[in-house]
Amino acid sequence: MSKVKFGILVFPGSNCDHDAHFAASSVMKQDARFIWHKESSLGDVDVVVIPGGFSYGDYLRCGAIARFSPIMNDVVRFANGGGAVIGICNGFQILTEVGLLPGALLRNESLRFVCKDVYVRVEQTNTRFTGACAPGEVLRIPIAHGEGRYVADVNTLQRLEGDGRVVFRYATPSGQISSEANPNGSMNSIAGITNEAGNVLGLMPHPERASDPLLGNADGQKVFQSLIQSFTTHEFVHNLS
Amino acid sequence: MFKAKITVTLRSSILDPQGKAVEHGLHSLGYQSVSHVRIGKHIELSVGVDSKAEAERIVREACERLLSNPVMEDFSFTLEPLKKPAHVKG
Repeated sequence: MSKVKFGILVFPGSNCDHDAHFAASSVMKQDARFIWHKESSLGDVDVVVIPGGFSYGDYLRCGAIARFSPIMNDVVRFANGGGAVIGICNGFQILTEVGLLPGALLRNESLRFVCKDVYVRVEQTNTRFTGACAPGEVLRIPIAHGEGRYVADVNTLQRLEGDGRVVFRYATPSGQISSEANPNGSMNSIAGITNEAGNVLGLMPHPERASDPLLGNADGQKVFQSLIQSFTTHEFVHNLS
Repeated sequence: MFKAKITVTLRSSILDPQGKAVEHGLHSLGYQSVSHVRIGKHIELSVGVDSKAEAERIVREACERLLSNPVMEDFSFTLEPLKKPAHVKG
């Protein structure tokens, strides 16, 4: 099997770009390269990673200015053509601002920046991003954000739930959903969602920060594994750009 | 030339924890009659066109496209004519 080509966007203020590159290349042994936000074309990539950080200093709103970077036009084209896009933390915020994912991410209910390991329950395993997980599996993955409270209007929320697009939900280590296990006040404890076609994922937890077993926790590898194996799974092959 | 003063606020249906925290602080100071505190953003900018209608169109569009996020925020603005800077003698 040929290597999957990861393209990792870099904005001024991105700070998880190297972690994502390391996870894709050193840990998962795939191809990875950085793509500067001023580029107008993604070039030859299989997966676009929009990494975490504080693009443009989070000025105005998180992700609000990054969405107008030249590269984002090509990301939208790539996503609309079925290409796999994963937005992590600030990347999730950018995906909602650019309209590839519904809803918005607001200030944590506690008003505090929260940086710790959380547990997320895998709600859907028939996605490109979770195919390597067992149904209901609980992953331990770190979060690090001040604006991660997912909100959407009632209709959007119903559609997300009804269509099975809530992929990750904050939970207790045993997989129970509770307000205590919800670190930021997200509606329905939502930690990650996909778009309607299922090829774009946004999530607040950082799987790339939990991908190297040397660091004591490799639960996040499952997301990368799922993505890589989705390129050989018949179900997703027709989605290839 | 017009000066626009723009207010962006979270939609009333959306929880504003910052507003709640400030309200709590105000109650601690004894202002028991104060309620419904909401925190928003104030943005000022100048628009270099002659017609007020055109200035309004530009500001509205800027609010819709960048300055506010219609998913979670509402905006309002006022426009005032700006006098051209007076000629300064050297």
